[in-house]
Amino acid sequence: MFEKEKFEQIKEARKNWEEKDLNKSLSRSPERKEEFKTGSGDIIERLYTPEDIDDLDYMEEIGLPGQYPYTRGYQPTMYRGRLWTMRMYAGFSTAEESNKRYKFLVDQGSTGLSVAFDLPTQIGYDSDHPLAEGEVGKVGVAIDSLADMEILFDGINLEKVSTSMTINSPASVLLAMYIAVADKQGVSPEKLRGTIQNDILKEYIARGTYIYPTEESMRLITDIFAYCSENVPQWNTISISGYHIREAGSTAAQEVGFTLADGIAYVEAAIKAGLDVDSFAPRLSFFFNAHNDLLEEVAKYRAARRLWAKIMKERFGAKKPQSMMLKFHTQTGGSTLTAQQPDNNIVRVAIQTLAAVLGGTQSLHTNSKDEALALPTEDSVRIALRTQQIVAYESGVTNTVDPLAGSYYVEAKTKEIEDKAMEYITKIDELGGAPRAIDAGYIQKEITDAAYKYQMDVEKGDVVVVGMNKFKVDEKAPQGLLKVDPMVGEMQKKKLVELKAKRDNPAVTEKLTALKKACEGTENLMPYIVEAVREYATLGEICDVMREVFGEYEQSVML
Amino acid sequence: MELINKMLKGDKRACARLISIVENDEKESEKLIKKIYKYTGKAHIIGITGPPGAGKSTLTDKYAKLLRKSDYIVGVIAVDPTSPYTGGAILGDRIRMNDLALDPGVFIRSMGTRGYLGGLAKATRNAVKILDAYGCDYIIIETVGVGQSEVDIVKAADTVVLVMVPGLGDDIQSIKAGIMEIGDLFVVNKSDLFGAQRTATEINMMLDMSQNTDRRPPVVMVTANQNKNIDQMAQEIQRHYEYLVENGLLEERRKKNIKRELLELVEEELKKLVIRETESNGELDRMTDILFNKETDPFTLRDRLLSTIK
Amino acid sequence: MDKPIRVLVAKPGLDGHDRGAKMIARALRDAGMEVIYTGLRQTPEQIVAAAIQEDVDIIGMSILSGAHNHLFPKVIGLLKDQDAEDIMVIAGGVIPEDDIPALKEAGVAAIFTPGALTTEIVQFIRDNIKR
Repeated sequence: MFEKEKFEQIKEARKNWEEKDLNKSLSRSPERKEEFKTGSGDIIERLYTPEDIDDLDYMEEIGLPGQYPYTRGYQPTMYRGRLWTMRMYAGFSTAEESNKRYKFLVDQGSTGLSVAFDLPTQIGYDSDHPLAEGEVGKVGVAIDSLADMEILFDGINLEKVSTSMTINSPASVLLAMYIAVADKQGVSPEKLRGTIQNDILKEYIARGTYIYPTEESMRLITDIFAYCSENVPQWNTISISGYHIREAGSTAAQEVGFTLADGIAYVEAAIKAGLDVDSFAPRLSFFFNAHNDLLEEVAKYRAARRLWAKIMKERFGAKKPQSMMLKFHTQTGGSTLTAQQPDNNIVRVAIQTLAAVLGGTQSLHTNSKDEALALPTEDSVRIALRTQQIVAYESGVTNTVDPLAGSYYVEAKTKEIEDKAMEYITKIDELGGAPRAIDAGYIQKEITDAAYKYQMDVEKGDVVVVGMNKFKVDEKAPQGLLKVDPMVGEMQKKKLVELKAKRDNPAVTEKLTALKKACEGTENLMPYIVEAVREYATLGEICDVMREVFGEYEQSVML
Repeated sequence: MELINKMLKGDKRACARLISIVENDEKESEKLIKKIYKYTGKAHIIGITGPPGAGKSTLTDKYAKLLRKSDYIVGVIAVDPTSPYTGGAILGDRIRMNDLALDPGVFIRSMGTRGYLGGLAKATRNAVKILDAYGCDYIIIETVGVGQSEVDIVKAADTVVLVMVPGLGDDIQSIKAGIMEIGDLFVVNKSDLFGAQRTATEINMMLDMSQNTDRRPPVVMVTANQNKNIDQMAQEIQRHYEYLVENGLLEERRKKNIKRELLELVEEELKKLVIRETESNGELDRMTDILFNKETDPFTLRDRLLSTIK
Repeated sequence: MDKPIRVLVAKPGLDGHDRGAKMIARALRDAGMEVIYTGLRQTPEQIVAAAIQEDVDIIGMSILSGAHNHLFPKVIGLLKDQDAEDIMVIAGGVIPEDDIPALKEAGVAAIFTPGALTTEIVQFIRDNIKR
């Protein structure tokens, strides 16, 4: 990257500096620690110089924004053109309550909706299922049928907003409901914008809201790819998520490696299902975490972008540039928040926001300070949103594209994370791809090992968490946390009884029977699900039909 | 003992307590086994063994469910390794058997090896006796993942099922011949995977070379997590049992194991006795010194020690 | 050999966040305990049945989904029904301070919230186990 003569000069100067200046300084006052490590536990050098990035070819590895391999961003002007979408993940209790929160967020300047569903919905159970007891409306909104979905988006024009839905195993059902609600608003599917998470592999790895076995789940996913490329072309059909892998305790490099390995599995499945890579790849999107180690995180996003571009071009022979661009949503790291001195979390979230923005995120959710304790209140959500707005409008980091490029450290770290991630991908390829590696428990065990190491470092005090293992105070329990009405479950059950009395039950049965037959064959299931949803078949009924044909996934745990 | 009566009447809590006793308390364990021994010998004891990652727990789960369809009472003992450094263990086999937990006709117990080599825990055989007395028709013992010499399962089971999967390193080569010989039945699990047929072929070739002429162990291909061919495996297990019974081999096998157990008990007790007699008074150390100085040889001292005990 | 403490570590309910449960399982193992790990989506009935068959000294549960007020007392109720209330119950997860008194009243021996050290949990078990 540098002229040979200049480079030799630098090398020489550095050697001299080490022998004289540095040694003198060290003998006078040693450094605080013997080793310095990143948030992921990687050794970090005292100083980075041109020597550390000499083997990087600028045009091949870094390049220009909007050009392959997109290290500097997928788009030429980045935030000078348009800021990222400030998308606050929200939802709790009933559709009525959540609808109020969405309207509040839009009023406050939120530019995209992000729907959180409760666990029964995410696992395909209606609110009256025995396993749903105690869980209805807790971590998100309870959706049992199209009737709930109509209330959820009441008064929100689906042509105007882009909506992200954190839904995986039953993603087809919720997407079908969204399409049906839009239809009732008079908005046709090709105008709909948004994302479904639809990433089952990371559910097996880290998040746990799976239903069906691997193969059948992959079929549902590729069915969505195919259906949307024809009918809902602006919809992001999957959000391949490293977020939860990181929350489960992975390192930054593992987050990239495992997430992209999952991505490879989806691309392979879709190609195997007969789709052309350039027909669906532009609609793949990613979802990463933002932790506190600012520079390591920035390097992570840049490494992910570069590596994905190479994979799509070289491994899958993608032709369209859009197929090679890694576009991603970011959420600040929930596991970095402390229950102790919760106000400190505002500062953490600000640093993480900077990381995501300096890393070139397309959208961002910022966590609220009280989330280690409960679901966030309106006030704390407002601060979290304001944090994004301050970074966007006051910090100045949005005024130039990829401002940290060329930093010796950031470029070296980007390369290091890319290399490590690629090692994981190679290992997973050897194991037969991500689904097999998950079945064998390999990925889960790597993450658990990293998480345990981190936990032990915290307990030994090698890693300092301010307010938790250092700078502690005696504090009173925080007041005014959000409480979900414990009666939500009963309310949902009542709604279900009413629904089942009111709807056209023979029609429901007919549609469910048709769906079952389709499940047993090889047809695309989406049209059948859309039909069933329109007749107000419940989420649980639809998922049960598929459970019956597909069976259920069994967890693989390696401890 | 009150607990024994309750256990014999089918009380799970009592049964569980008694297993803890045989794991933890040698003296009480002896008293207990003395009382229940006469109730044992009814169950068909099946060992499921194989390398780590072969899917032993899933196979156990599906097999137990199949047996339950015929209303048999099933006991499961799942053994996992204890850490030699900390004495702790993570016993994770139940993860695969969660929906059996509530079946009144199933009893599942996880055991750590607690320093015992050989693939089982020291107390496994006694735990089996308790489950036998408790009324289990079938008792499935899932061993720790075998590698080299974990062959104790033959001492405890009537039928040993050796589970293999494709793609575990060097396949069959990684399993020592000594382990191959304990299999009464070979199961290739995950048979939907690439290489499964090759694994089966390799096992068959290995069996062709073996000298055992009376009965050639069958090789069954299953996919446990899809519940495929489990019935065939169950049939082969049953067939092996019938083969043992018809040829008088069940009695032979059990007698062999009983004799082995008896001798092990004697050996253990004898050793304890010698230690008790010689350790505290310094006799053992003196003898060690004598041997170190080559004043005599270990065999002479052995005989002298044994004569003092008599 | 000393009798090792036996602990059942379970994730009741539908919550899939098992990082905490896995960390605790490992830490207890490293402290010399036998940990029976049962994985995700356990019903209170399954947890109690497993605890009884495994004859554990203690049940540790973790919930991050907010279903704790429902699920923890249910486990304790079932233990009572089956004459097994001598099995101690501890819990962890995202549990608001306000909910803790009622849970303790219901019979949860200790509640560990985010930031709790595994060493504290090990010590609590060693100090409070009934033997």
